[in-house]
Amino acid sequence: MVFRGSRSDSVKAEALIFSIVTFILSLVLLYNFDSSTAEMQFIERVSWIPVFGIEYFLGLDGISLPLVLLTTFITILVILAAGKSIGDRLGFYLGAFLILEGVMVGVFAALDAVLFYVFWEAMLIPMFLIIGIWGGSNRVYATIKFFLYTLLGSLLMLVALLYLYYVTGTFAIESMQSAPLNLLEQQLLFLAFLMAFAVKVPMWPVHTWLPDAHVEAPTGGSVILAAVMLKMGGYGFLRFSLPVAPDAAASLDSLMIALSLVAVVYIGLVALVQEDMKKLIAYSSISHMGFVTLGLFVVFTVAAETGDWNDATMGVEGAMVQMISHGFISGALFLCVGVLYERVHSRQIKDYGGVANPMPVFAAFMMLFAMANAGLPGTSGFVGEFLVIMTAFKASFWVAFLAGTTLILGAAYTLWMYKRVIFGAVLNDNVSSLCDVNKTETIILSTLAVAVLVVGIWPAPLLELMQPTIQNLIEHIANSKLR
Amino acid sequence: MMNELQVITPEMTLAGLGCLVLLVDVFKREESNLTFWTASLSLVVVCLLVVVWRPDQPVYVFGSTFKLDQVSSLLKIFILITGLGAFFYANYYFEKFNLKQSEFYSLAIFSILGMLVLASAHSLLTVYLGLELLSLSLYAMVAMDRDSKFAAEAAMKYFVLGALASGILLYGISMLYGAAGTLDLIELKTQGMAKDSDLLLVFGLVFVLVGIGFKLGVVPFHMWIPDVYEGSRTPVTLFLSSAPKIAAYAMALRVLGEGLVGLSAEWSQMLTFMAVLSMGVGNIAAIAQSNFKRMLAYSTIAHMGFLLLGFIATSPGGYAASMFYVVVYSIMGMGAFAALLLVVSPNNSDEKITRFKGLSLTNPAASLMFLILMLSLAGIPPFAGFWAKWFVLKELVASGMLWLAVIAVIFSLIGAYYYLRIIKYMYFDSDDGANSSICWSRSVGTVFTVNAVAILFLGFFPGILMSECLKAVLSSIV
Repeated sequence: MVFRGSRSDSVKAEALIFSIVTFILSLVLLYNFDSSTAEMQFIERVSWIPVFGIEYFLGLDGISLPLVLLTTFITILVILAAGKSIGDRLGFYLGAFLILEGVMVGVFAALDAVLFYVFWEAMLIPMFLIIGIWGGSNRVYATIKFFLYTLLGSLLMLVALLYLYYVTGTFAIESMQSAPLNLLEQQLLFLAFLMAFAVKVPMWPVHTWLPDAHVEAPTGGSVILAAVMLKMGGYGFLRFSLPVAPDAAASLDSLMIALSLVAVVYIGLVALVQEDMKKLIAYSSISHMGFVTLGLFVVFTVAAETGDWNDATMGVEGAMVQMISHGFISGALFLCVGVLYERVHSRQIKDYGGVANPMPVFAAFMMLFAMANAGLPGTSGFVGEFLVIMTAFKASFWVAFLAGTTLILGAAYTLWMYKRVIFGAVLNDNVSSLCDVNKTETIILSTLAVAVLVVGIWPAPLLELMQPTIQNLIEHIANSKLR
Repeated sequence: MMNELQVITPEMTLAGLGCLVLLVDVFKREESNLTFWTASLSLVVVCLLVVVWRPDQPVYVFGSTFKLDQVSSLLKIFILITGLGAFFYANYYFEKFNLKQSEFYSLAIFSILGMLVLASAHSLLTVYLGLELLSLSLYAMVAMDRDSKFAAEAAMKYFVLGALASGILLYGISMLYGAAGTLDLIELKTQGMAKDSDLLLVFGLVFVLVGIGFKLGVVPFHMWIPDVYEGSRTPVTLFLSSAPKIAAYAMALRVLGEGLVGLSAEWSQMLTFMAVLSMGVGNIAAIAQSNFKRMLAYSTIAHMGFLLLGFIATSPGGYAASMFYVVVYSIMGMGAFAALLLVVSPNNSDEKITRFKGLSLTNPAASLMFLILMLSLAGIPPFAGFWAKWFVLKELVASGMLWLAVIAVIFSLIGAYYYLRIIKYMYFDSDDGANSSICWSRSVGTVFTVNAVAILFLGFFPGILMSECLKAVLSSIV
């Protein structure tokens, strides 16, 4: 299994080799993955704390494998992008990212609730240090806020997991998913899990840590935060909230849909007025992650309206594709901002303008990612949003309508930012002296561009990979667990 | 079957060696370090004796006033190990400050002797005997800094309040004796089971609880902790916060879990209040502290409150969880005070929390170790402090006290803040020149590393210690 927690004090090349080897190992997993079954695969199961039956229990299915691949892929780029602005302690920085990678893969692969929780919280430590040490001027406030916010959510999840242990007598997540529970129990558990996952996603109104953390984090930190960490919330909903408490999810789904729509529309509007590029992308992330939660929780209404759970599958698939795609796009946009920041040391939109003149290649890349963020057909951004909106239409016209506004809002804030930064006359001395992307940056951005286009044009392999698992999940939540 | 003297061999050996340390201290050459080495060696020898004579079944000796069982063996081993760690840190400190205070070692040895007796106590009289030996030595240790007004104040406060608490405890014991007609813990248990609503018995219990609460330092009997911690020399504080906590746990376990288990309905109610208040007061007051020792003092109060939660579950699992907690806490607490002891120097003995600013730039290895200790104190996985909290929470949920678990969880969130602040000073702030001159001796660096790595190791493999604790409790407390 691709878990490696060793701390590397090495220079960039060594860290890069580590991350590439990890990525290759995860590709091997993909190659050997049997996408015709919803069973857990590559299971690794060793007794860990025998007194309480806690196990070191890892395995992958169609939901977790794509996210593991995303993690290992993005980490390579982040390590490649570690630039001059890191200054000294580069080894420490890269080591923190490698530890973070190992722990994040652990979160996606853990099948024992305690192991999952340990990874889930351990993840905070490297991120806390990354933002705190290498972040911007207000980094201490941002990182402590990030840490405490996330900790608050996850501590309630801890109590929920302990409660589930006393109902089922085991910490294996699979058994927890099939435990019969009454509606009140389910609702309380659902809310406890919601605290943990909503903070991570982040959903409105517990999103306020994200703009701060994003703005203050170094480029690599922002990329990992947006591309992978936010996905943990979505993953948590898929792994815990929906299967453990399907009846509670069904009864509270209107709340979840409402919160998701607020995120999509209101946060989209907030993004429109941002002056700071990173903050704008951060708000755009929240807005796009609203689609993930919308896709996940709209399924109950769809099933109720059409009476067919197969229609609902599409919503979950859309949410999954949206997670992967948002991983690529937001990561790419943060890297673009990183490229500019490295040169000008400013994130303010007003400090730029006419960047296309000195940096034509960069402008082309950023064009693609901005379009993808706006949901242009042919890019990965389109597929997820389209699937979710399609599903939402089956539920209710108004939900779909509100969700659809994102296509306008997203285009508005992304392209307006793009216009102000890239086009126009060169008014600023900083901008006129810019040099275009160097070789490393070209490699990073073109890899992401390829990923965005491949998922956008030909999402079928990704969907096939997830299909059986999602089908299985939908069948599971379609059956009431009430006693 | 062991004979009676064989059972108390470790204690007798320690008493003898303690006297030897006193003699060595008188006759050694001025500059030699012999006292420290004799004292450390004594602890090692006694620890080996305890390990060698670990019984499978409880053994009662001296008219069943003294009991050797797995719980007492395990606790004794950890009391001796943390004592040994404290000696190493103390030696480093005394050398650095060029202090000749080798009476520290003999006092500490007699105090440890008291703890060993307490760990094996099986009669309220033995409990009192061990407790007094332990406390009297500690009072003297706090007062060791003769020229400092703070130390004198701390020692006075500790002594007066401690004596009062002992008096109250003794009063409670006399009431229990009056009600039950016995001091033996097993007989007390049968009596308590038979007449659990006896007013005199409950009254006695209240007074005994005051004594226990004072020793553990939980709200509302916590007033002495911040002052004493701040006033005494750092190695003394370090010692105070490690081994005696294990002994206080032993006392609580013997008296409440063994002797008065029949009254568990009454005492668990009182403990609930004490635990919640301690977690609240400790965690919130710690945020306001600017002195590192005071901050850790309040953090101790919070941790002891958390530890009491394990008792409230009143199950063997709960006692074992508390035992795990106290052992892990004493190792973490020792390390945290050691970090302060390592950065202060004769020309800059500032003990503010800002003292750690920029430490990661001047001393990255030590900062990493300190980072581990702080995160562990905050209860973040994968460090041992997380498991300590987790095991306790698990027992609470098992006994149906979900609301108490939620309260505990919220207070640990509040608590996380002030530990993170220390990490912030170490890692996020730049050095203002205060720490640039710190150089550590290799030996103390090794001890500190072992200390932190122990926490990391217990974090990765908590099952090793937890299964020992559980086994000990199940085989000893019936």
